[in-house]
Amino acid sequence: MKQAYFIRRLIMFFVVVVLAATLNFIIPRLAPGDPIGAVLEELRARGASTGGDAEDEIVAAYRARFGLDQPIQIQYFRFLFNTLRFDLGYSISYYPQKVEAALLRSLPWTVGLLAISTLLSFAAGSFFGAMMAWPRAPGVMQRFVPMFMVLSAVPYYLLGLILVYIFAFVMRLLPLGGAYSSGTVPRLDLDFLLDVIRHGILPALSILLTSVGFWALGMRGTMVTVLGEDYLTLAEAKGLPDRRIFFAYAMRNALLPQVTSLAIALGTVASGSVLVEVVFNYPGIGWLLYNALRSSDYYMVQGVTFFLVLTVAVSVLIVDLIYPLLDPRIER
Amino acid sequence: MIETFLRRSKAAGSYILRTPKLLLGLVLLSSLLLLGLLGPQFVDVEKARPISVKPSQPPSAEYPLGTDSGGRDVLAVIIVGTPQTLRMGLLAGIVGVVLGTSLGLIAGYFGGRIDMIISTATDTMLTIPPLAILLVVAASVRTMSVENMALIIALLSWMFPARTIRAQVLSLREQPYVHMARLAGLSDIRIIFEEIMPNILPLAAASFVGATSGAILAGIGLEVLGMGPQRTPTLGMTIYWAQLYSALIRGLWWWWLPPILVLIVLFVGLFLVSAAMDEFVNPRLRKTG
Repeated sequence: MKQAYFIRRLIMFFVVVVLAATLNFIIPRLAPGDPIGAVLEELRARGASTGGDAEDEIVAAYRARFGLDQPIQIQYFRFLFNTLRFDLGYSISYYPQKVEAALLRSLPWTVGLLAISTLLSFAAGSFFGAMMAWPRAPGVMQRFVPMFMVLSAVPYYLLGLILVYIFAFVMRLLPLGGAYSSGTVPRLDLDFLLDVIRHGILPALSILLTSVGFWALGMRGTMVTVLGEDYLTLAEAKGLPDRRIFFAYAMRNALLPQVTSLAIALGTVASGSVLVEVVFNYPGIGWLLYNALRSSDYYMVQGVTFFLVLTVAVSVLIVDLIYPLLDPRIER
Repeated sequence: MIETFLRRSKAAGSYILRTPKLLLGLVLLSSLLLLGLLGPQFVDVEKARPISVKPSQPPSAEYPLGTDSGGRDVLAVIIVGTPQTLRMGLLAGIVGVVLGTSLGLIAGYFGGRIDMIISTATDTMLTIPPLAILLVVAASVRTMSVENMALIIALLSWMFPARTIRAQVLSLREQPYVHMARLAGLSDIRIIFEEIMPNILPLAAASFVGATSGAILAGIGLEVLGMGPQRTPTLGMTIYWAQLYSALIRGLWWWWLPPILVLIVLFVGLFLVSAAMDEFVNPRLRKTG
């Protein structure tokens, strides 16, 4: 039974990946015009091209270079094959550069900013949520945390704009955007690290403030269930100290379902980054995608979105495969 | 069915008055609705067009919320844009929930192979980050309008309703009264519409609020990235333009702050309503509120 579950799950993962690649192939081709046409239009708009024979030659050369002169099914299988071995093609705007190279360059920024703020928010939110369900918690908790839950309804990038305005523009305490001061070259030393941290505070804060409520809400739910269990009554009857019951008995068990959500949240880090990076000019995956969209860099958009789907699919797969090991009750 | 519906609405009505959360949420949402309905009586909405007023003016008696760099009166833009955002969300929410409820009903009621196909499709779609797909679609659509944006988003908002409804139908299907109906020779269609439908309506209503809220979130995300409707002024596009023209560092706070505040009111309102609906549908949540 277990084996069948693993196999079914792996097949589903594969289907998702192929489906995502296929959608990536089909959707842009449904639209009128083609990517080369879009580039030409832009060249014309800038007055850099005048049309005529020279242009036709350029078009033919480009089409051949990107394989657009092949029949559609050949294009599809070639695309699928290349995508699956993570060869995402060339960027049209920055021609000799490969899409996957650009992705790898942006990835550390996104992972650094988003993963750290997600983990912090998970830790804080789970603790607050546990305190909310705990009958002997200080009263402040009961009144304070619902505020965060309301805040969790607000998109983080909107809050981010307000934070930038207050702290960066009016008070001039922190930088307006970017990942490091312009003019500095990324290197590994303390000054640069501090600079990066200073730049990360506002984006991280906007994510933290809007996501703590989500974790608190989930934790409160599971904590309420755990608090009703018999072993908690027993722990109290044994006269264990409150603190120990709270952390070692209640919170520890309530955390398990939260960890699943955490794994998924970490997997969606890349796709959740798009808007926050645009608002803060942060040079990660989201920023890459935004610029690719604006310059209609077809292959870059496809490559980045495929990567986003892949990261989510992989993290959901990992969670689904690991969960039966963590919690023997859901063995199927 | 109508009788059940009336009884339910009455219960829901008295419930609204007892829950401050729902009441507050509804007040916030209806204030936005009123803004869109009554606003045009007081403010000339023609000023929402580009180059219709003097650009980049701070708030004054003439322009209560100032003007943007494109020569639009920000207040007029808000008044025109808010109903557009609501319309987009409602449209996407309705299509998404109708689609999701039908699929969930079919999957849950008939089971077997149909269920397997629908459930697999739902699970598969759930693992695809919607923004990624939306961006690719939006980038391929040349001219975006509020309606086709709503449709695109709706195509990605049926999964959660489908899953919740399916789970509910699975348990309803085994209820004694459904067995009775089947024994009495009622057709599948009549059982679905007369016996099962009335019992999933509250759940469908709750997922409708969730779907609408999700659709607006997705729509605003697209708009802030500049992928929204180009011709109609919307809240998200206003933020996009403000970003593009660096309104933030030019100190033009009246350009980007009002749309953000309206959106915050909107999202908080939707959150409160959906939280209250969840409590209504799932009474176990009420105690810990």
